[in-house]
Formats: sequence, structure tokens, C-alpha cells
Amino acid sequence: MFDAPEINYLAILPLIIVFGGGLIGCLLEGFLARGQRVRVQLWLTVATLVAALVVLVWLARDNQGITAAGTVTVDGPTLMIQGLVLSLSVIGVLVMSERLGGTTPDAFTQAGVSVPGSHEEAEAVRLGGTTTEIYPLTLLSVGGMMLFPAANDLLLMFIALEILSLPLYVLSGLARRRRLLSQEASLKYFLLGAFSSAFFLFGAVLLYGYAGSMRLDAIADAIGTETGMDGLLVPGILLLASGLLFKVGAVPFHSWTPDVYQGAPTPVTGFMAACTKVAAFGAMLRLFYVGLEAARLDWQPIVAAIAAVTMVVGAVLSIVQTDVKRILAYSSIAHAGFVLTGLVAMQEVGASSTMFYLAAYGFMTIPAFALVALVRSAGSEATHINQWSGLGRRSPWMAAAFSFLLLAFAGIPLTSGFTGKFAVFAAAVANDYAWLAVIGVLASAVTAYIYFKLIVTLYFGDTRSDTAVVAPSALTTFAVVTGVLVTLGLGIAPAPVLELAANAAQFLR
Amino acid sequence: MSDMPWLSIMLAVPALGALALVLMPRGFARAREFALGVSLLTFVLALFAGLEFIVGNSKMQLVEEYSWIPQFGVSFALGVDGIALSMIMLSVILVPICLVAAWDDVPADGSRRLQGYVAWILLLEAMMIGVFAATDVFLFYIFFEAMLVPVYFLIGQYGGPDRARAATKFLLYSLLGGLIMLVAVIGLYTVGPGGSDGFLLANLTGLEIGGLTEKLLFLGFFIAFAIKAPMFPVHTWLPHAATEARPATAVLLVGVLDKVGTFGMLRFCLQMFPEASRWATPVVIVLAVTSVIYGALLAIAQKDMMRLIAFTSISHFGFIVLGIFAMTTVSQTGSTLYMVNHGFTTAALFLIAGMLVARRGSRTIADYGGWQRVTPLIAGTLLIAGLSGLSLPGLNAFVSEFLVIVGTFQRYPAAAVLGATGVILAALYILLWYQKIATGPRPEDVASTTRDMTVREKFVVAPLIAAFLVLGFYPKPVIDLLEPAVTTTLQHVGVTDPAPTVTAEGSEG
Repeated sequence: MFDAPEINYLAILPLIIVFGGGLIGCLLEGFLARGQRVRVQLWLTVATLVAALVVLVWLARDNQGITAAGTVTVDGPTLMIQGLVLSLSVIGVLVMSERLGGTTPDAFTQAGVSVPGSHEEAEAVRLGGTTTEIYPLTLLSVGGMMLFPAANDLLLMFIALEILSLPLYVLSGLARRRRLLSQEASLKYFLLGAFSSAFFLFGAVLLYGYAGSMRLDAIADAIGTETGMDGLLVPGILLLASGLLFKVGAVPFHSWTPDVYQGAPTPVTGFMAACTKVAAFGAMLRLFYVGLEAARLDWQPIVAAIAAVTMVVGAVLSIVQTDVKRILAYSSIAHAGFVLTGLVAMQEVGASSTMFYLAAYGFMTIPAFALVALVRSAGSEATHINQWSGLGRRSPWMAAAFSFLLLAFAGIPLTSGFTGKFAVFAAAVANDYAWLAVIGVLASAVTAYIYFKLIVTLYFGDTRSDTAVVAPSALTTFAVVTGVLVTLGLGIAPAPVLELAANAAQFLR
Repeated sequence: MSDMPWLSIMLAVPALGALALVLMPRGFARAREFALGVSLLTFVLALFAGLEFIVGNSKMQLVEEYSWIPQFGVSFALGVDGIALSMIMLSVILVPICLVAAWDDVPADGSRRLQGYVAWILLLEAMMIGVFAATDVFLFYIFFEAMLVPVYFLIGQYGGPDRARAATKFLLYSLLGGLIMLVAVIGLYTVGPGGSDGFLLANLTGLEIGGLTEKLLFLGFFIAFAIKAPMFPVHTWLPHAATEARPATAVLLVGVLDKVGTFGMLRFCLQMFPEASRWATPVVIVLAVTSVIYGALLAIAQKDMMRLIAFTSISHFGFIVLGIFAMTTVSQTGSTLYMVNHGFTTAALFLIAGMLVARRGSRTIADYGGWQRVTPLIAGTLLIAGLSGLSLPGLNAFVSEFLVIVGTFQRYPAAAVLGATGVILAALYILLWYQKIATGPRPEDVASTTRDMTVREKFVVAPLIAAFLVLGFYPKPVIDLLEPAVTTTLQHVGVTDPAPTVTAEGSEG
């Protein structure tokens, strides 16, 4: 006899909306005429995301609990992370849709399946091919990102990991220009991602062997009672952690980050850098805080060491980069280390500071990459640092916005970056990880060098005639202005969001 | 009337002025007049605030306190004692003078450059007021760090040929110090009472932390302040920054900003970590005496006059730190008075030297000679400023230097004697410099049209020389303002003056 599990549909309604929107998007691909696709898909996607966000705030918040046979938890951290993913996705999608006066999104190829430079590609361009599959792909990925931090079961967590990853592998390979680089990035990301998923799955199996269940609460109970099975528990934890640390780009699982960030279409890079990190850290919080808290002595020192190494390696390698996208990639590695510093602090303050940092980081990353996509030389993106020389004089607003975001990356006060760093370092110091905070500030000082080198280039360098900033449409402008305002707001008056994060830091077990 | 939030208004006026300048249309013709008006308004406001201040009361006055980020324990708390008020007065007097001096620094060419220049100066003024008025450690830190941004752009965008490197060097030094201080700030909160106003200076005074923790926290703060001040051996950024900056920027940088370092030692290091301060005193005294002599020796050897002035400042900062850490009422009164005097003296030296550079187009001392025949007024005022720099009795710096040496002698006779040699060296570097520039036959390659001091330049120099004379002949009002605050500080440190005491009144020159 099989009893259907009770499902609180209201609690998972945002998920259903996002997945439903993704499926409708797939259908529309088949039925809509080429000319209408871009517009319809864009508004369907944005409407889906906004609807999910509204439902999340109005309904799901009042329906917290563990549902779907104990596999899905909808609690404070879940809602916070889901809300964050949804809000970031909205501006991420707007940036992806930037057409720059053309008929299709500018950053994406018109024929992803064709061989670069082939006859088929030229034919697709001539016929006006659109790459509107990016919209359903994004929605499905967002669905996975929302399920990831909610999963209370290792198997579901694995499924969510795959749902969020597979569309990203495809999206990474769709760049319109420098397509071979993009396809290389895609393949690299896919192969290494597949490895990390396998690690994760193997870890899940080992923990199943240890606890007799994939559910996090059952594993937490087992850690308190089972003894003499550390041979399964510890390798299981490490393998699971490897899978998750790969997704956030922590050292030593970081080597894909610069290549993929550089090769992927720039708006996708921004989306990936912000949303994937948010979702993966959300899952990591649940795994470590709910499932493995009792075994913290086994993993905490290792994660602390990884946080330290991640900050140092990300910071040191960033200063020798000469490509803006790679600089931002290495800086994202360093930022992953800062977030981990909050995460290892444990307690509620660890969860709340981590979530605050993710919010701050997400809202500075997407606009930063959106601005990178606007700097052009001879029709394609100019990402070498020398090509940016003297842009401040000819494009004052773009340079001012980018410099402001760089100040936030560097953690200068009155930006969200400073508030976030203060939050995670304070959490670390309060929980006996003062040494991690010391490494953190030293790494911040190192990364500041490269950010200020960029500002120097923008403002104090000689003007080059072959590089120009193209005028963005309202979509990108909206995304950038939103990001800058949030970055400024979280720097000047962070109290409401800190309050929200603190209230949402309580996990249901 | 007495409920007016004077300090907030003084902070807001220049900040809003800067914002208005940025928002005004490009090429706004009256940017300089507008900025000067704003800075004069701030000065008038400061005068009103000064009238509310009760001299002789050692408590914090003009106090304001609002909750800002309760989750971090941060309040927006302002208040001044005699020392802070005198520093704020110094800032609001120097900013209008600098704006007049910088009148022709940036051509009004219809671009945004001029607007940007004066807007950064106004923003810097707001932050200078904030940093001296903050009575919340976190708020102080915010201003301390955020101040770097305007200075960075003032040097990097408007400075000399090697401006980019000088600006970056300045920034990285300061940022490193600031970030080390950040860890100490966080650590301080955890040893303090905590809560939603745990960063208030009043809550962090008299904690009796003790042991290694106190020493580490002290070091965290002290290193940042020593870099800022700047003290030997972390002074190397100053000569570079001061030479590449415009004279007006150099005045604000050396005359006011660097005082934040010595002000911080007095207000934060001594007050919050008395035990560690006493522990560190021998080393600090040695470093201070080294700064005095080393700075003076290097000043004698300089070929570039801006560098020469920068090194004289390092020497003078050595005196200030010596007086602070000698911890007698006389020496600290001398130090605080010196902080005011040095501001005026350095301002005069930089600005008058800047007038010479503007006429000759060279900073190299050897390029001059006989200029008292070319520009008698400039040469004459330079001599007066120089005599103030070498502490000629009757001019301002004499009183303070004398107080420092006498006060230090009470406790550390050897240090006082060694420090006094700095006075002799000062005579050397100033008089040799003046001799090389002003005396000798009239140079032949100088056009006969070279103008002596213009009316605008007279407006720059006159208030400074008036300040020399007033502070030199009748320093009593300022000493009365400073002494109660110094007494309070020494009470916090728990040090009493060694007998026999030489009173401040008795030692006036």
C-alpha cells in the first residue's frame, strides 16, 4: 500500500510557477513566429519571476514547514534565498535581453547548434534566427536554484543541482562572438561539473550507508547516536562538500571559474556568478547547519581552511589578470571565501551574515557584468584592461557606475560590500575565527589593488579612440540603476535588510 | 537654539553642496563660487556651533545620537570636546582658503572636470568634520575609510605627471592600515558590552580589557593611525602623494587628514586601551624621536620643495606623537595645540611654494635663486611661513613645540633633548631652502612680466599669517579650549603628571 505524501502546495507554489513558466516557454518556442518570440518570451519570463516573487512574499511566507514527505523544507533561510534568486534573476534576465538596437539579444548567437563560421550559421543569421531558448533555459535553471536550498533530502538536492546546472552549461556556450572560446567554456564547465556532481552523489551514497536515510534530519539524528562508522561519515561529508564548493568556485575547486566566466556570454556570466552562488551557498547552509551540525568538528576546520585558501588565492591571482572578466572571476573566487568565512561561524549570525553578503554580492555582480558588456571595440566586447583606458572621460556615467561597484567589491564603507564584509567578519570573530577575519582583511587589501588599478585605468589613463561604450537600452539601464541603488542602500541604511536576514536565519529541522 | 543638531548640519551642508555640483549640468560656470559659498557657510555654521560650546567643560558637547545599524551596535553619534572642536575649526578655515588657492588649478573648459574637483573637496570637508566629530567607533571608522576616496581622486585625477602611482600608493597604504583596524574594531565590539549601541565611545571607555587582547587591539588601531600620521617607518607614501597632489590637496592631506592619525591615537588608543598604551609607550617614543630627526635630516637633503615640506611634516608629526605619548598635561596640550598650528604652517608653506611653482613651472629648488627680487611679497611671506615652521618665538608653532618639549622633559628627559635637536635641524632646512630660492642676484631667464602676489593670492595668505600671529602671541583661548579635554584623556589613561608640574600658563612664550 502506498500513501501519497501530503504536499503543501502553497508553500511550493513559487517553484511550481517558475517551472510552469519554463515549460510554457518551451511550448511557445514551437508555436510563435520568429518576429514575436523575443518580446513574448522576455515578458513571459519576467512576469513568471515577478509572479513567483509575489507569491513567495504573500503566500509561501505564511506556509512554512516541512512538506512533500519530508524532502522539502520551506523555512526562513529557504524563503530568503529563493527571494534573492528571484530578484536577481529578474535583473539578470533584463541584462540578457539587451538588444542594442538589433532584433535578437545581442550577446547570444543566432544559431547555437551550428559550427562557428559555417554555412549553417550564416544561413541562420540570414533567416533571422532567434536564440529565445535562453529564456526557458534560464527559468528552468532558476527553478533548480530555488529547489536547491529547500531540499531536505540529499537525493532531491542532487536533482536540484542537476536542474540548475544543465541549462547553465548550455547557456555558457551560446556567445555570439568568440564562439569557440564560448564553446570551450561550456564543455569545460560541463565536464568538471559532471565530475563534481558525481562526487556529490557518491558522498550522498556514503551518508546513506551511514545513516540509512538520505534525509537531513535523519542524518542529523544518526550523527548523535551512531558510533564507529566515521569511515563512512567523514568521506561522505567531504565528497558532498566538494560538490557544493565546486559550484561556488572555492579553492581548490575554482579552476573552471575564470575560463567559464571569460568564455560565457557576459550577461550569463553575471547571472551565473550571482544566482548560482546564492543558491549553492543556500544549499550549503542547510546541509552544514541542519544535517551535519553535530559533526561540525569533522568539517569546520576543513571549511575554515578552504575559506582562508580561497580568499588568498582569489585575491593574489586576481592582481595579475589583464582581462576585466577574468578579474571579476578571480574576485568572485575571493568573495566566495568571504562568504565561507561567515558560513563557518555557525550559529544564527553565521546564516544571517552569509545571506546578507550574498544579497550584497549579487546586486553588485550582475550590473558589473552588464556594464562590461557595453564596452565595445570593433563590434565585439573589449575586455582587455588596456582597452578601458580613459573611458571615464568619454563615458562618465558608465565609468562612475562601474567605479562605484568596484568600490563596493573592495569593501569601501558606505557601500554594501563593506556592510557585508563587516557582517561576515564580525560573525567569524564572535565565534573564535578571528584569524580568518585577519586573513580576510589582508586579502581585501590585496584585491583592492586590482580594483583601484581598474579605476586608475578608467580615469587616469590615456583615452583610446578604438574603444567606445555603446548606449544601453532601458533594460540594462534599469538593471544597472537597481544594482547601484541597492549597493548604495545596503551601505548607508542596511538595518532593514539585516533585520530581515536575522529573522530568516532560523532553520526548521 | 541649543537643540540645533549643529554637527549634523555642518556635515550635511558640504556633502549636499558636493551632490548639487555633480547634478548640475556640465560646464556649470560658477562651480568655484558655489563651492566657496558652501564652504564659507559651513565656516559660519562652525562659528555658531563654537558659540554653543562651553569652554572649560571637559564633557562631550553638541552631542547627537541616533540609532543607525542596531544589529551591529552602531549609532550615528556625534559630539565634540575641545580637541575635536579645534580640529573641526581648522578644517573649516582651511577649506575655503584652499578653494581660493585652487581657483585656477583646473581650467573651466566646459567639461565636468572643474565641477568634479571642487565637489571632491567639499565631500572631503564633510568627511573631515565627520571623522573628528564621531563619538561612535564604527562611525569614525566609516569616515576614516571613506575619506580615502575623495583624496584618491583629488590626487589621481588632478595631480602631477606621476599622479596615478602616487594615488594608488597612498590608497593602498591607508587601506591596509584601515583594514587592520577593521579587525580591531570588530574585536573591540566583542569585548565591549555589546548591544544595539555597543560601538559608542562612552561604552568602550574604561573597559579594562587587559592582557594580550588589549595589546592586539591597541596595535590594530595604532598601526592604522601611524600610517595615517605618518610616522617613521610607515611614512613613505606621504612625500610621493604630497608632491604629486595639487598644493591645495596637499594642504588638506597633510594639514588636516594626517591629523586624524594623531587625533585617533589620543582619542581612541589612549582612551580605550590605557594599559596597552603604557605598555607601548617606550617603543612609540623611540619611533617618534626617530621621526623628528629622520624627517628633518631628509628635509635638508631634498631637491624638490614639495618633498621638503612633506618631510618637515614628518618631523613635526614626530613631535606631536612624542607629546601625546609622553602623557603629561603639558606635553599633550602642546601636541594638540601643535596639531592646529601645524595645519596653518603647512598650509602656508604648501600654498606659497605652489605660487612659486605656478610661476616658474618647476618644483626643483635649484631652478630658483634671487626670487625676492622677482616676487618680493611671495618670498617674504614664504620666509614668515618658514620661520613659523622652525618655531620662531612669537609665531604660532613656537608655543606648541616648547610645550611638547617641556612636557616630555618631565618624564623622558633623554627623548626631550633628542627631540630638541629637531628644532635646530628645522632652522637648517628652512633657512637653507629660503636662501637658495630667494637670495642672490635677480635671475636672468625670468620674464619681467612675472607678477608678484595677486589679490586672490593675498586673500589666501593673509588669514594664514593672521593665524600665525594670533596663535603665537595669544594662544590662551585655544589652550583653554584644549586643556580640559587633555586632562580627561589623561584621567582615562590613569596617569598623573610627575612632580614638579610646570603649568601650561607658566610656559607660554
